[in-house]
Amino acid sequence: MEEGDAENIQPGTQKSYILRLYVAGQTRKSLTAFANLKKICEEHLRGRYRIEVIDLLEKPQLAKGDQILAIPTLVRQLPPPLKKIIGDLSNTEKVLVGLDLRPAEKVD
Amino acid sequence: MENNTSPIISADLKKSPTGISGLDEITNGGLPKGRTTLIAGGAGSGKTLISMQFLAQGALKYDEPGVFMAFEESASDLAKNFISLGIDLEDLTSQKKLLIDYVYIDSSEIEETGEYDLEGLFIRLGSAIDSIGAKRVVLDTIEVLFAGFKNYAILRSELRRLFRWLKTRGVTAIVTGERGDNTLTRFGLEEYVADCVILLDNRMEKQIATRRLRIVKYRGSKHGTNEYPFLIEEDGISVLPITSLGLEHNASIERISTGIERLDNMLEGKGYFRGSSILVSGTAGTGKTSLASHFVDAACRRGDRCLYFAFEESPSQIGRNMSSIGIDFKSWINAGTLQIHSTRPMAHGLEMHLLEMRTIIDKFQPKVVIIDPISNLTNVGTESDVKFMLTRLIDYLKTMGITALSTSLMDSEDDFQAGKGVSSLMDTWIRLRMFENGNERNRGITVVKSRGMAHSNQIREFRITDNGAMLTDVYPGRTGGLLMGSSRVAQEAREEAEILAQQQENERRRRELENRLRSLDTQIAVLRSEFETEEKELNKIIGKEALRREATDKGRTEMARLRKADDLHEGI
Repeated sequence: MEEGDAENIQPGTQKSYILRLYVAGQTRKSLTAFANLKKICEEHLRGRYRIEVIDLLEKPQLAKGDQILAIPTLVRQLPPPLKKIIGDLSNTEKVLVGLDLRPAEKVD
Repeated sequence: MENNTSPIISADLKKSPTGISGLDEITNGGLPKGRTTLIAGGAGSGKTLISMQFLAQGALKYDEPGVFMAFEESASDLAKNFISLGIDLEDLTSQKKLLIDYVYIDSSEIEETGEYDLEGLFIRLGSAIDSIGAKRVVLDTIEVLFAGFKNYAILRSELRRLFRWLKTRGVTAIVTGERGDNTLTRFGLEEYVADCVILLDNRMEKQIATRRLRIVKYRGSKHGTNEYPFLIEEDGISVLPITSLGLEHNASIERISTGIERLDNMLEGKGYFRGSSILVSGTAGTGKTSLASHFVDAACRRGDRCLYFAFEESPSQIGRNMSSIGIDFKSWINAGTLQIHSTRPMAHGLEMHLLEMRTIIDKFQPKVVIIDPISNLTNVGTESDVKFMLTRLIDYLKTMGITALSTSLMDSEDDFQAGKGVSSLMDTWIRLRMFENGNERNRGITVVKSRGMAHSNQIREFRITDNGAMLTDVYPGRTGGLLMGSSRVAQEAREEAEILAQQQENERRRRELENRLRSLDTQIAVLRSEFETEEKELNKIIGKEALRREATDKGRTEMARLRKADDLHEGI
C-alpha cells in the first residue's frame, strides 16, 4: 500500500477521513484523480484526512476484496458508511456530495 | 444434420466441447475455442445453468479449469443451487478447477465523476484466470454493469475492449445477457460478440412450459438451425437434437418372442424383429398393458434390460395388476433388468417428456422400451408437433437398436387413426378389439401389419387368464360373425353335444344293425335246421324208395328165378 500524502490526523471534534484511491498504474486518469482528490481534501478536510493509493497492478487480489471494477475508484473507508466515487474526480461538487462533505462556505 | 463423426469445420476453427449432451451435437463439437459465445435468454431460461455446466464439464472432463464471474448471485448461493443439480461447486473450487468471483455492484453507493475505465474488472478477471490457469470463462450476466454505471459510452467501449481482451487471453468465454424487447439482449451485447450466439427461450404452450435452445449464429461452423427443446434435470442440462437423427439404422434379422406363444405363431412363429417398433392399439380395457407386460417378461427372461414408461399407472400399480395375470415385475425390478418410470403426461411438455425419456434411455441402456400409452403424450402437444417428436423418438430408438413397444388408446373401435398417425411409423401393428355379442364383451387380436414377415391374417380371441394372456381360435359363427367368450364356449359345448348325439345315434344304429344281423343269423339257423329237417325227410324218403325198389327188384328177381326167366338185371 502506497501511503498517500497524509498529514497527521489531528484529534478534534470533527470526524477524520481515511480515503483509498484505487488505480492501475500511473495512467493519466489516475494522476488526474489523485491531483483532484488532493486539492479537494486540502480545501475541505485539511488536517483530518489520509489518502491511501492502491495500485491494483501490484495487488490485483485487492480488486476482488474491495469490489473494485472501475478505475480510478475512490473509497471512503472512514467515517462509515463506505462510499465509492468513480472517475477522475473532476467534478468537485459531486466528489463532495459523494464524500458527504457539505461544500465549504467559500466555495461558489 | 449429418452425424457428428464427419463435421464440416474449417481447420482453424477449434471447438471447446460443452460436455452437455445434445449441445455438442448441434454445435458440431462445442463452442468456438478461444472465442466468446453469447447466451441470451429471459429470466429463468437457464443461462446460468448452461454456463456453469460448461465450466463444470470443462473442469471434470476436459481438464480445462474455469472462472465464473457472477454478477447476480454470490458464490454460496450458486453452490447451493448447483448442488441440487449434482454439481459440487465447492469441491471444484477447492480442487482449483473452478473459481467463482462474485462481483457486487450497488449503484446507490457509487458516485460518478469524470473519466474512468473498467480496468479493475480486467485486473480482477486476469488474476482469477492466472490463479488457476483457467481455459474457460463465464461472465453472468455482464449486463448488470449497465445498472451499476451511468456512463454507457464508457461502458460500451469497455465491453468492446473486454471481448477483445478475452480473445487475446485465449480463453473460451460465455457471456450471458437478458433477452431484450426487440433485440437479443437488452443492451445489445450481440454487437460485440461475433462468433457464436445462442438463444434460450422458456415458452408456455397449453399451460406447459417448454425450454428451447436455438443457435442464432455460429461463425465459420455448420450448426443446427432449429429450435431444440432442452431439459433441466437432476444432473444438469440436456438438449434434444431432433434433426440429427435420420433413417440410417440397421435392420436386424434377429427375432424376439412376444411373450405369448400363439402370438409368436401369428408372426411366423418367431415374434417381433429386434429393434423394430411395435404399436399395440385398442380401446380401454382391451389388454394393451397385459400384452406389453408379456413382452417385458419375455425380454427379462432373455436377460434384455427393459425400460417401461408408464403414463397412466404407477410402478406399483402395474406390478400389482400384472401379478394378477402371473407376471412378476417386482423380481425383475429387484434384479435390475426392469425399470418402470411413471409420469403424468401433463407434468411437462411433450418435448420434455421425450427428452427425459431419452436421458433415461441413455442412462439405462435398455434393449426393450415400453411406452404405455404413447397416445397420452399426444394430449400435450399439437398434432404436428406430436408426430414430429414421436418420429424423432422412434427413430432414435431404432438407431439404438432398441425394440420399442408402444400402446395407443383409441377412442372408438372405428378409430383407425391410432395415435394420430403414429401407426405409419410402426413396423408392427397389433390391434386389440372388443367384440360385443351374447351380452358380453370379448377381446379379439389381429396383426394389422408387420413389416418384413408373412404374418397371420386371422383374428384370435385374446383372453387374459390367471396364468397370463392367451390366444384362442375364434369360431366363425353360422351367420358370419365371430364367436368368442361364452358364445364360443357355448358353441363348443353345442358342438360337443352334437358330436355326442351323433355318437349315440351311431351306436344305436350299430346295435340295431347288429340285432338285425343277429336275428337274420337266427333265421338262417332256423332255416338251416328246417333245411336239414327237410333234407333228412327227403333222404328218408329216398332211402325208403330205394328199399322199396330193392325189395321190388328182389321180388322180381326172385320171381324170375322162380320162373326161371332170363337175366333181367339191366332193366331195373
